[in-house]
Amino acid sequence: MAGKRLGKQTLKLSSPPSVISNAAIVGPKEGEGPLSQYFDQILTDDYFGEDSWEKAESKMLKEAVKSAVKASGRSNTNIDFMFAGDLLNQIVSSSFAARELQIPYIGLYGACSTMAESLCMGSLMIDGGFAEAIVCATSSHFCSAERQYRFPLEQGVQRPPFAQWTVTGAGAAVIAETGSGPYITHATIGKVQDFGIKDANNMGAAMAPAAVDTITAHLNETGRRPEYYDLIITGDLGNIGKAIILDMMQKEGYDITKVYNDCGSMIFDSEKQDTHAGGSGCGCAAVVLNGYIAKEMKKGNINKVLLIATGALLSPTTTWQGESIPCIAHAVAIEKTIGVGV
Amino acid sequence: MDYLKAFLVGGAICVIGQLLMDLTKLTPARVLVAFVTAGAILQGIGIYQAIVDFGGAGATTPLTGFGYSLAKGAMKEVKEAGLLGAFTGGLKSTAGGIAGAIFFGYIMTLLFSPKSKK
Amino acid sequence: MKTKMSSKQYEQYIKDKLPKPAYLKNCIAAFIVGGFICDVAQFISNTAKSYGYNQEAVSSITAASMVFLGAFLTGIGVYDRIGKFAGAGSIVPITGFANSIVSPAMEFKREGFVFGVGAKMFILAGPVLVYGISSSILIGIIYYLLGK
Repeated sequence: MAGKRLGKQTLKLSSPPSVISNAAIVGPKEGEGPLSQYFDQILTDDYFGEDSWEKAESKMLKEAVKSAVKASGRSNTNIDFMFAGDLLNQIVSSSFAARELQIPYIGLYGACSTMAESLCMGSLMIDGGFAEAIVCATSSHFCSAERQYRFPLEQGVQRPPFAQWTVTGAGAAVIAETGSGPYITHATIGKVQDFGIKDANNMGAAMAPAAVDTITAHLNETGRRPEYYDLIITGDLGNIGKAIILDMMQKEGYDITKVYNDCGSMIFDSEKQDTHAGGSGCGCAAVVLNGYIAKEMKKGNINKVLLIATGALLSPTTTWQGESIPCIAHAVAIEKTIGVGV
Repeated sequence: MDYLKAFLVGGAICVIGQLLMDLTKLTPARVLVAFVTAGAILQGIGIYQAIVDFGGAGATTPLTGFGYSLAKGAMKEVKEAGLLGAFTGGLKSTAGGIAGAIFFGYIMTLLFSPKSKK
Repeated sequence: MKTKMSSKQYEQYIKDKLPKPAYLKNCIAAFIVGGFICDVAQFISNTAKSYGYNQEAVSSITAASMVFLGAFLTGIGVYDRIGKFAGAGSIVPITGFANSIVSPAMEFKREGFVFGVGAKMFILAGPVLVYGISSSILIGIIYYLLGK
């Protein structure tokens, strides 16, 4: 066991599982963004043929899992476990999708950190010899999130310039014991960080400290420098969180500027699409990872990536009770080849 | 002329609301509660009537005007019906607006569904 | 991580990284749209007066008409677009009150007409009614006591 623990938060997998297939489904707005060519399916409307936003989101998650499973060459019956979660109360998108899919299901709540959280947990289970193939999935939907956390869609409100836009998207990855990469080599589990932000519109600032904590833990415990990776990418810090994290990482002694990017900043064109500080939501990291990053890795443009998905662990109730927003960030290192570095 | 006065007074009250929303941590809902209460109090001490006399619909249309109607109605009923008027007067004078809001709201809900945002 | 900051220190630290709202543009938009909506009400009010209704009836007719307009514009999906531009200019007038009733009612239709539409109609307008009516009652009571 000692050999697998590199420190308090980082785990090194002794038999790194391979990511053998991916799927990314997005809504119309995301399909008009800068990454549109990377997504497997772009919906023509947010209802996806269903009569409620929640049903639409669950269908997106289900279809993303089905696509990823199909692309893996396996079927639902020989995927051993499904790790999934979403933003809705009681993670109903995932649970109702699991009802249809009939894969043994472990539901997770990490808010927008769920993509990394599910990959961490799935990899640990395979590395521990408990499964051969696992599907990791998550989703978010602008309309279902607004309805639960913020305002009814038709209400006339002004969003502040630092607000973010919840991505309508679902992403799934199948990871397996045998494969030829890219490999999940390390998992760094986050600790909850709360620097006192109370404004639910200011997610980037709320989540940045959690990302900083997890990235520094990962780099310190693996002994790697930022330049080891081609890409260190956060889930949804957005344009505001981006500025904060680069500065805070400098204070920690790491300059990540050359390799850093953020899924929320990449998925929308904030000028043309009026998305203010960028995208957010579980689906943001999920579709960027399973769309853009997966395809760029296949092409050979990215070989080593550290994905840090960040989540804000608030509820509407805690906000009304005047609480601040505790956040968490989980990280997975995905590398095309193993055996280099720690 | 009354259109100009209504425009100026109504616009000014909305600007106060905008500044409260942009400069303080007050949410729109709290600003509205503050406005309706302020309108009632200002009518209670006799000031708001002067604003209405000058600004017409510019003073009655913003939510401060709703508070003004409530307070004015209560005070009128107290004069005519004593203490009971404090309870019945406010709703009496705003009944049209409230009933309309509920009824038209329900009709619109039957007819329309929310559209996703672009 | 090494950095330790209190909530106040962090708030100070991020202050210059947060974009500020376009204060002047927002105020101008609020002024123009708010003023315009009031003029619509003034027009309805003048029209009702010209039909010979007394002051009380005119007030009720104007209020109900403005509420109808706000509800209709919300139903057809236009009011949120006005609101994005106008901010307080669309929230403060009584049309905004109608919008705050119709928008959650439409949103929660999926949860049925009793607990969805019926209950949710007042999630935003409820506080306005509670505090407005309560303060008017208090004022009425004070007015009564002062008159004795």
